[in-house]
Amino acid sequence: MTAWQSVGRMRWGWFLLSSAVLVLLPLVTETSTPTLLLIWALFALSLGIMWGYAGLLSFGHSAYFGLGAYTYAIAVVNMGESTAPLLLSMLVPAAVAAAIGAMMFYGRISDVYMGVITLVVTLILFKFMSATAGDAYVIGAARLGGFNGIPGFQTLNVPGHVEISLFGLPTYYICAAALLVCYLVCRWILARSFGRVLIGIRENEARCELMGYNVPACKTAIFTISAAMAGLAGCLFANWAEIVTPRVFSLGQAAEVLIWVIVGGLGTLIGPILGAIVLGYVKIRLGEQTVIDNSLILGAILIVVVLGIPRGVVPAVQHLWAAQGRWARRRGAKDSGARRRLGIAAEERS
Amino acid sequence: MDYAGVVTLEILYMIAFLVLTSAGLAIVFGMMRVINLAHGEFVMLGGYTTIACSRAGIDIYVAMLVISPIVVGLIGLVVERGIIRFLYGRMIDTMLATWGLSLLLIGLVTLIFGNSAVSVPAPIPGYQLGEYQMGGYNLFIILVTAALIIAMWGVLKFTRAGLIARGAMQGPDVVASLGYDPRKVYMITFTVGAALSGLAGGVLAPLTGLLPSAGGAYIAKAFITVITGGAAVISGTLSSAVIFGTINQIVSFAVHPVLGEIAMLALAIILLRLMPKGITGRFFRDGT
Amino acid sequence: MTGVVETHELTMRFGGVVAVNAVNFSLQERELRCLIGPNGAGKSTFFKCLTGQYRLTHENGRVLIRGTDVLGWRTHEIVRLGVGIKTQVPSVMNGLSVQENLWLSARRIHGWAGAGGAVDEVTAELRLGEILRRQVGELSHGQRQMVEIGIVLVQRPWLVLLDEPAAGMTGDEVERLVGVIRRINQIASVIVVDHDMGFVRMLGSRVTVFHQGSVLVEGPAEQVLNDPMVREVYIGNRAA
Repeated sequence: MTAWQSVGRMRWGWFLLSSAVLVLLPLVTETSTPTLLLIWALFALSLGIMWGYAGLLSFGHSAYFGLGAYTYAIAVVNMGESTAPLLLSMLVPAAVAAAIGAMMFYGRISDVYMGVITLVVTLILFKFMSATAGDAYVIGAARLGGFNGIPGFQTLNVPGHVEISLFGLPTYYICAAALLVCYLVCRWILARSFGRVLIGIRENEARCELMGYNVPACKTAIFTISAAMAGLAGCLFANWAEIVTPRVFSLGQAAEVLIWVIVGGLGTLIGPILGAIVLGYVKIRLGEQTVIDNSLILGAILIVVVLGIPRGVVPAVQHLWAAQGRWARRRGAKDSGARRRLGIAAEERS
Repeated sequence: MDYAGVVTLEILYMIAFLVLTSAGLAIVFGMMRVINLAHGEFVMLGGYTTIACSRAGIDIYVAMLVISPIVVGLIGLVVERGIIRFLYGRMIDTMLATWGLSLLLIGLVTLIFGNSAVSVPAPIPGYQLGEYQMGGYNLFIILVTAALIIAMWGVLKFTRAGLIARGAMQGPDVVASLGYDPRKVYMITFTVGAALSGLAGGVLAPLTGLLPSAGGAYIAKAFITVITGGAAVISGTLSSAVIFGTINQIVSFAVHPVLGEIAMLALAIILLRLMPKGITGRFFRDGT
Repeated sequence: MTGVVETHELTMRFGGVVAVNAVNFSLQERELRCLIGPNGAGKSTFFKCLTGQYRLTHENGRVLIRGTDVLGWRTHEIVRLGVGIKTQVPSVMNGLSVQENLWLSARRIHGWAGAGGAVDEVTAELRLGEILRRQVGELSHGQRQMVEIGIVLVQRPWLVLLDEPAAGMTGDEVERLVGVIRRINQIASVIVVDHDMGFVRMLGSRVTVFHQGSVLVEGPAEQVLNDPMVREVYIGNRAA
């Protein structure tokens, strides 16, 4: 299967089913944990679209997640109403990413060196925010609070109606909606030429350039979009946690999102989402007990995945499914139905 | 005058600290193009080894200069055989696997030693420089690092092992054409790199209380130092350590310690933007 | 009369080595020119100066493409002028099929709707029909070269720059390539860089010989290839 074909088509059936599950979930469980998992899934998706399709590995994607969280907190403390802060929490990370991205990509930085620079950016933010304790560090009415962060800001409200505050169940639905919408946005990007070009850049950047595509511009664009999504996730995280601390910028956070994406599956959209949800859930559960250390399990998982399933779990499963489908076809299963269900392009047969 | 002396010594110390903690990573990166993100944990393990030995009654200098390197070197050997050697040529995958390894090691050490800090006292007392109280142990660290640099340079320049190493920096085919099995060379290289990390950890152990998470503090700076330095092991690491160490300390003294670190990080971005292959990717080509 | 390509005192230095030494070069419309010379003569460096792979500054002289000064231009900007480039090392997308490679290239010029038609035309011209659905990474070196030429042609450029297009091709493929280049030449100007004198002889065009960064001699293929000075420069290299 070629790189474009493996993008697959939008499976509306699965999408509507998942949406239905998300809508109905609160009837069977509490929503606090699922909300967090959805936020992490969105964060992972933001890295997944950039890394899996354009081949751009951001080692410090937590920077944009954190910027989204902090921007929301600072803005809402200053403005009192949450609509503008929500938008800002996407715009600020996007702007920062655009600047850093342009600096890197127009300077032909790639691969490892991009990894270092993005890592350094999140480190700078972490160190800076950790050191902002004291009354001197204020933005407008918001004290940055150093290592302790910014607590007790108001959560999202219905646009225009400050008094109707959204917390708990509404937050869950907002997060679910955000994830679904962003997923659709990603699918849309991949269906357009822009998505094809991104994959082309991942496959052979020089050749894309020789075809006349403005590669640095394309890279900066996807980096910006990805940062905006990460920022949105950060904003939602701030709403869930009701406090933002420098931990959002930490190496640990940066590592976690990377692990979710790679375990879930690089080169798919559903992979990072599932990776975040499953591993996030495992982490929460592990955190509740003290027998086996959290890091040990995550580390072991990461090593095993990289060694054994380098493309991640979801592509491996898709591969198995596809192989099984081919086998079933050879045994005479109904052609068109099987192929459509498996989402494999017709050309792949040859 | 004394203040100048203090600042100079602090700068030298910072440079030495960066070189010492980056040496292992630099060797492995320079020769194998492998980025070992568990490097910080190797350093941490060196520290724990020294502390454990010291508590068992072994002379601390033996513990830090002999035992720690050997122990961590062996751990490195196991890691190379078990993980790294399957991932050659896949730089990003290696980074991810070693990141996983770092988490694993942190988890293991927490399991064995617990989460509270352990420490060992510095064997060299402080001294007076004018009206400033200086840590005498810092001088020892500077000396050890200097000795290390000279030893590394000597080995690379004058021994057959050094020749093979320099060949390895050019590529595995060069090693093969010299008549040596590249896989063995890489195995030994990684082990040596791990041993150096262990040495760094051992030497730095008396400085502060050691936690399982201490590796995190080392890896970020070492990573930045090595990548900015570029592929040449000694001159690269040394140049970037000098630049970063100096800036870090000057800004720390002039303004604020946190800003010193931030200045160093920001400088790394600027340098990498200007010299995308690192300092020595551009200026030095002979590989040393 | 301004040529399609003109260089004025084009110079490129690497450290102390002068790879291209104040070269004045000109190519007329619809001309086919071969650049030859032994390894290290500077022809590939010269080529990269034309393609934006080396970004030029004022110290490097001037390069004009259809009268436009392309000093400091990036590769994709030069390509957007209408220049097709095939590099020395085959640069194709191994993870995509032949058709997908061609489509991506075609789409930039012809848009989503028109790309399909352009791809069909090139597929017929270069006889890529059999391998159209195959993943490029699985093809032979010569086939990949042909695919790359297809990628270049599908954008209908008016200037085509080919660096060692025949490398790795079988005898049949080379013959086909010569025909293709001649056909391209009917609507576009072409520069071919190669050191294979046999291939150059088959093309039979004007030839510019590079030696140590400068133009040694320039003239019709037969005359140049029989020139004793040229043969001497090639001693030790594979002469025709």
